[in-house]
Amino acid sequence: MSVLASADQPTLDDFGHDVWWIVLIKIVGIFALLVVMTLFAIVFERKVVARMQQRIGPNRVGPRGYLQSLADGLKLAFKEDIMPALADKPVYFLAPVIAAVPAFLAFSVIPLGPTVSLFGHRTPLQLTDAPIGVLVVLACSAMGVYGIVLAGWASGSTYPLLGGLRSAAQMVSYEIAMGLSIVAVFLYSGTMSTSGIVAAQAHGTALTFFGAHVTGPSWFAILLPVSFVIYAIAVVGETNRAPFDLPEAESELVGGFHTEYASLKFALFFLAEYINMVTVSSLAATLFLGGWRAPWPISLWSAANTGWWPMLWFFLKVVVALFVFIWLRGTLPRLRYDQFMRFGWKVLVPTALVWILVVATMRTVARSANLATGEAVVYVGIPVAIVLIAALLIGSRASNRSTRLAAREAAAGSIHPTEPEEPQVLPPAGPRRRPARAGGPSRAEGGFPVPPMDLTVPPSPRLRRESVVTGARADGASESGGIVSTGRRGTATAEEDGQ
Amino acid sequence: MTVLAAAAGTGTHLGGAETVVFWILGPIALAGALGMVFSRNAVHSALWLVNTMLCLGVFYVVQQAPFLGAVQIIVYTGAIMILFLFVLMLVGRDSSDSVVETLRGQRVAATVLGIGFAGLVGAGIARATTNLTVTGLNTDQLGGNGNINGIARLLFTRYLLAFEVTSALLITAAVGAMVLAHIEREPGSRRTQKELSRARFLTDRPQTLPGPGVFARGNSVAAPALLPDGRPAEDSLATGIEPQEIEQMPRPTDRAQLGSPDDALGTLDPARDDSPGGRTR
Repeated sequence: MSVLASADQPTLDDFGHDVWWIVLIKIVGIFALLVVMTLFAIVFERKVVARMQQRIGPNRVGPRGYLQSLADGLKLAFKEDIMPALADKPVYFLAPVIAAVPAFLAFSVIPLGPTVSLFGHRTPLQLTDAPIGVLVVLACSAMGVYGIVLAGWASGSTYPLLGGLRSAAQMVSYEIAMGLSIVAVFLYSGTMSTSGIVAAQAHGTALTFFGAHVTGPSWFAILLPVSFVIYAIAVVGETNRAPFDLPEAESELVGGFHTEYASLKFALFFLAEYINMVTVSSLAATLFLGGWRAPWPISLWSAANTGWWPMLWFFLKVVVALFVFIWLRGTLPRLRYDQFMRFGWKVLVPTALVWILVVATMRTVARSANLATGEAVVYVGIPVAIVLIAALLIGSRASNRSTRLAAREAAAGSIHPTEPEEPQVLPPAGPRRRPARAGGPSRAEGGFPVPPMDLTVPPSPRLRRESVVTGARADGASESGGIVSTGRRGTATAEEDGQ
Repeated sequence: MTVLAAAAGTGTHLGGAETVVFWILGPIALAGALGMVFSRNAVHSALWLVNTMLCLGVFYVVQQAPFLGAVQIIVYTGAIMILFLFVLMLVGRDSSDSVVETLRGQRVAATVLGIGFAGLVGAGIARATTNLTVTGLNTDQLGGNGNINGIARLLFTRYLLAFEVTSALLITAAVGAMVLAHIEREPGSRRTQKELSRARFLTDRPQTLPGPGVFARGNSVAAPALLPDGRPAEDSLATGIEPQEIEQMPRPTDRAQLGSPDDALGTLDPARDDSPGGRTR
């Protein structure tokens, strides 16, 4: 297996020698793939979320409803294109394009498989690669922010502007955590090219465990667990997905930066958002989940990592990652904006920095102690990661202690569970205070206003009027025609009837 | 990246693909620079500058410095220009430059000096780079182990001091800005949400204040809300704004104006008589 794998594993030298029509095929293929993945992701999301909410989800258009997103997309394309009167026209037009183009570009460095034979040419299943491969993805996501900022600004309206600012602030903040989480992977694999990172996860380290020879894990998700967790959290914020979808919180706002957009321009934003989701999922698969390489039980089959099979493993991993995105959306409540920013800057970024320090130390120790890096990770890194995660868990539990205690007391029936040492009844204040009646409860029960418990309902004014009307009709019923009988007309006043 | 690979194969000569890239992107970069200077709108200027920066990033990549190109795009266009845009957007979209000259003749002077400066710099660079022996970036002077490793080695050995001093400078600037913008508060002087809530419930009005313009004929902030009996509600007046009297509908004075409750529902009968409520007396 290892021989075959190394023969098919493309290196940096394999790129840049393709015939032009093979490059064209790859470009068109990736474009079509991304569009199809977007259509799939939308239906998949709606169906999965529906199942999680005990619904069925879209089931009308096409077989089992799987063409729903295609129909929606076509409908969107035929809608009226609105140009707001106050919009800055060139920028308003450019913004969705700027959002969509980098989303497509980022996928050009994602390796989909090993070197395969395409119409007689041996070529890697990847559009291109560079020594800076992963940085291309980061650069594209940095450019994508422009689309959002400019869309918000060019709409010429306040709400899109605020939504754009919030989206951009969120994306810029979480990009930092995302970039820092990837640094450990660079340190560990010794390269930034995506194909090189996949190659670095090809083989686990041979470990000797009390005399038994074990092949250690090779995925960076296991070797660098802290990086993986930070990456997973950061990309959810980066792609503006729930629970971090504050700028366009769909149950609270009409929309974020794209409030003023309609028709095809809105479709481009939608497309860009879902492509970004697919891209970060495939980057997660590439950086942390072994790329296109088959997962463990399948990798025992010798042909698993050759030919076109790896594309299947790759897309399975991507779909699993997409499922996690949807799962998060279906499970977690939305964060408040300050909590969200605090989490990004005060938890994710420092943790990532400490973790980079740990990984760098580990590399140095491994080099000086002449250990294989895999051994160093298994003996040092994983314990450190466990300690780090345990510290975070204990820290969050400690900071939530008062809330937890309060919840327990509230469950036990306490009225003021949060501050039990305070006096239970606060003095009533202001003119609301009435002379205390015998037996009646205090008006301000514990500081909170309660309606008067001893309220007696006054007699209905209608009853009084009815009696007046009947009395008046006794005098002059013949003049008024005797129409007044039932219903609302029965509420005529005495003056009217008596005129 | 095929361009990069093609360029890498040609060594120190200007490869065909590199020439094509240069003659396409060069004018675009220049157009971006000119557009930045001549745009009336500040955000458009920023966008032209982004265009130029992107072109420069591609140039770096083509000239065998892919890391520099990526950093140019990520850091300069992705982070710094976004911050610029933030500020420009918050200033307001109609804040175009004033065309009134405060210094007489500054336009002419600026044009002449600018062209002169560009000529000087261009001539100097042209003189300095003619007949220069060009060595590529991937040679031994960078350590010979690829672009990124070479840059890393130089940064963390020969230029370590400059690198650290630069980062210290940037940190100082960032911390200084935060210190200047920070407002010192006595610890505990700011009431928590819970304390504020308790204090509010101890007053006469635990509920929120009425909004402006409730039951009124205008929705301006200056329009007070009306109480059910028609008086303006004092609580609804916004602070700092002169309350305006909104012209009210004349209050009904007698039964004829008041109509019957059915008048509010309207009628479909055209032959309705004009007595209130449409009923015959």
